Order: sequence, then C-alpha cells, then structure tokens
Amino acid sequence: MDSFSGILVEAIGLILSWDPDVIEIIVLSLRVTLTAVAAACLIGLPLGAIVGAFQFPMRTGVIIAMNTLMGLPPVVVGLLVYLMLSASGPMGVLGLLYTPTAMIVAQTILVTPIVAALTRQVIEDLNSEYAEQFASLGVGPFDRVLALLWDARYSLLTVALAGFGRAVAEVGAVIIVGGNINHVTRVMTTTIALETSKGNLQLALALGLILLTIAVIVNGLLMAIRGTATRAAYV
Amino acid sequence: MFRCNFFGFAATGLLALGLSGPAAAQNDFIIVQSTTSTQNSGLFDYMLPKFQDETGVEVRVVAVGTGQAIKNAANGDGDVLFVHAKASEEAFVADGDGVSRSDVMYNDFVIVGPPSDPAGVAGSSDIAVALAQIAEVEAPFASRGDDSGTHKAELNLWADAGVDVDAASGGWYRETGSGMGATLNTGTGMNAYIMTDRATWISFGNKGDYEIAVEGDAKMFNQYGIILVNPEKHSNVKAEQGQAFIDWVLSEEGQATIADYKIDGQQLFFPNAN
Repeated sequence: MDSFSGILVEAIGLILSWDPDVIEIIVLSLRVTLTAVAAACLIGLPLGAIVGAFQFPMRTGVIIAMNTLMGLPPVVVGLLVYLMLSASGPMGVLGLLYTPTAMIVAQTILVTPIVAALTRQVIEDLNSEYAEQFASLGVGPFDRVLALLWDARYSLLTVALAGFGRAVAEVGAVIIVGGNINHVTRVMTTTIALETSKGNLQLALALGLILLTIAVIVNGLLMAIRGTATRAAYV
Repeated sequence: MFRCNFFGFAATGLLALGLSGPAAAQNDFIIVQSTTSTQNSGLFDYMLPKFQDETGVEVRVVAVGTGQAIKNAANGDGDVLFVHAKASEEAFVADGDGVSRSDVMYNDFVIVGPPSDPAGVAGSSDIAVALAQIAEVEAPFASRGDDSGTHKAELNLWADAGVDVDAASGGWYRETGSGMGATLNTGTGMNAYIMTDRATWISFGNKGDYEIAVEGDAKMFNQYGIILVNPEKHSNVKAEQGQAFIDWVLSEEGQATIADYKIDGQQLFFPNAN
C-alpha cells in the first residue's frame, strides 16, 4: 500500500504543478456547488423561515417532510433528474442532460431540504424569543420573517455551510446527470471515482486531499467574513 | 430584501467563477455512450483529439457499463453507441433504436488471479475447463454483476462450462454490481479470480501481485461495435456529425489510430472493421 506521505507529496505536487486539467476540474466543482448552494438558499431560507415562524394546519407534516428529505440519497436524486432531463423525459427538449446545469439542478434538490429544515429550527428558536416583542410592536408577517432571518444570519451561515458540505462531497447524483465527461462535466468527486476505478488509488486520494483543502478554504473565508461583520456590528 | 452576508459572498463568488470558467461550450459536439473499458484504457484520450482536430466536432464520452449505455442511448441520450455486447447491440438495432451496427475492433478477455492460484488454473488456455475447476474447488470469483458487456460475456462462458453461478451467488461467486475497475479493486482485495478485458487490465494501476491466469481461448474474444442512434426515433440525435464520427472510426485512418494505441509497448485493441 502506498504510504500516506507519498499521497501527501502527490497532492502537493498536483497543486504546485498547476495542471490546467486539475484547475478546470476544481473550478467546475466550485461553480456547480456554489451555484447549487446559492439556489438552495434562495428557496430554503424563506421556506424554512416561514415554517419556523408561523403556525398553520399540517405544519408538523411539513416539518417531518423537510427533515426526511434531508436524507435524500444522491443517487436517487440523480436518477430522478436524469429521467426528467432525458431526451425521452418530460424536459428532454431543453437538452440539459450531461451539462453542468443538470448537475446544479440535482445538487439544488439535494441541498434545499437541508437548508430549509435547519433554517426552520434556527428561526423557530429565535421566534419564540421574539414573539412577545413582535406582538407588542404589531410587526407584520413579512417584516417578521425578514427580521428573524437577519438576526439569525450567523447561524444561517452555518446552515449554508452544511449545504455546501453535502453538495461538494456527493458523487452519486452528478455522475448520473453529468456523465463525468472530460472537460465538460468532470468534477472533483467524479474524478476521484474515475481514478479509483482505474486503480490509481494514490492519485484518487491526492485529489480527495485537494477537495478537503478547498472545503477548508471556503469555510475559512466564510468564518473570516463572519468575524469581520461581527466586529463591525459592535463599532 | 434581507441582506445576508453569505448571499453577497455567494453572488460575488459565482460571478467571479462564471467569468473565469471555461468559455461557453461550443454547440458542435456529439455524445457517445460508451463503456468503461474504452475510457479507462485511455483509448479515447488518444484517438478523439485526432478526430476533433480534423472535423472540429467535439466528442463527449459518457462511459458506463454496456447495459446502461444501451439503455441511455435507447432513451435518445446520445448520438452514437460504442459498446461490446454483440447480441444486445443487434437487438438495439432490431428494436429501431439504432440505424445499423458495424464491427470496430476487438480485444480479448482474460482471467486474472492471485499468485497462490487456489484453483490451479494458471497457464490454462481452456476457459470452460478453468471455470469448471474454479467452481469445483469453490475458489472466490468476483463478477461484475452489472449487466455490462463483460458481465454478459462472463455469464455465457459460465453457461458454456456448465456451472450454475446463480446458485453460488453470495458464496464463492461474488457479484460486485460495479464497473470493471471497481470489481478489480474489490476482487484483488479478497483473493478472487476476476474476468476482465485485457485493455483494462494492462492499464489498471492497482494490480498488486495479481497475474493473468487464463488467456488465449477463442471463446474469450471481445468484439466492439458502433451504432448511430436512430434520428427518426429521437429527433435530437445529431445524425450528420454522429455518422461522420462513425465513418472516421471505420476509416483507414481511424482504424490505424486504434492499432497505434499502446501501453508499455502492448497493443490494446485490434481494429477489424469491414
């Protein structure tokens, strides 16, 4: 078995060599995942906030559904999106199968329930704290949701990161709808799967290490933004 | 609107990535549904740039098992089918999903096994006898089990050897349900015999101490065929570019390119278009 130091050396070598193929794969990974997370936040944050802040019939059912969908298997999402986008599927005319857009759609479906369900919990806790104040000030429902989302923004940052972690690490969905086509839909995780199947375990692990490093950088950047914003808030 | 910080960040990041991303994909491309053996062996990386340089048509390869490739192509999700399971390919054409089928090239299957050779089949060139022997001593055998071309060929060879592998499934006969590379990784990890196409084996990077045990039987011939997906059935099929690719693969130049592809001095595929 290859030593782990060998893998580390290979990973560093890969980064330092600035191989255009590797860079292309990294950029596409980030493009797909960040777009999917942004789309999931656009849908999931308001949805989770509304469910968290208000009482309505069947609310428990909605919460159970959202929590259950957090566990959606990526490969199932991949199959559903494939069937939708396939040339013989209902949306086949769009010609989106085997494109990065298809991968973004699949990951958005995966991540939205996570964002919505976690947002619901965060907002519900905050809402119970604010409820009396809202009532006494006569705050309308729209402003309520906005105020809750704004005041919970740092917790929601972690929510978005949970979604990012899920999306950047999954391979089951993107390999089906993207097809792992070289220079078109090949991302970090599908490359790792491909290199593993070629028996290039060292290269596969080195790529895994790079993927982890990217996740660390993204998390670090967001924490830095949060830190700066928190300090600014107290000036 | 509410102004969450990460929204701004995400938007900025997306914009930057969008701008720095690769130029918008050209429209002149075809999708080829093919198999892992042609992809993993590096053949496509070697031959496709030549076709692209000549015609300007980009070839996008989706490499999956032959069974899945045929189903994807039958759904119209591809312009050309390039796989290795002749009976299934002929059925694909007979069902009206494909226009016509042409032979492209062949290689052969081999059985690889651990150096301890528990079934004593090393050096054999009679596949029926070797498989019967493996079944007799119940030596572990890792099968693809994924309806791929290799899997279909393997099942035919077992039937030919008079062994009922269904009965042994989960015992000494282990179906991984995954691609060739994954099955090689799994099989070598449990000291099992594995049937693989020679091209994948030569280019496989995790051989360990495994060696070819059985080879050279004419029954282990592995024929690849190419088919244009029927544009009359699926109007999205790019018949013109797809046919141009098929014509090139079958041309003298395409065939010579296939023959030229070598790893460690070994030729992986033998062109045999008519």
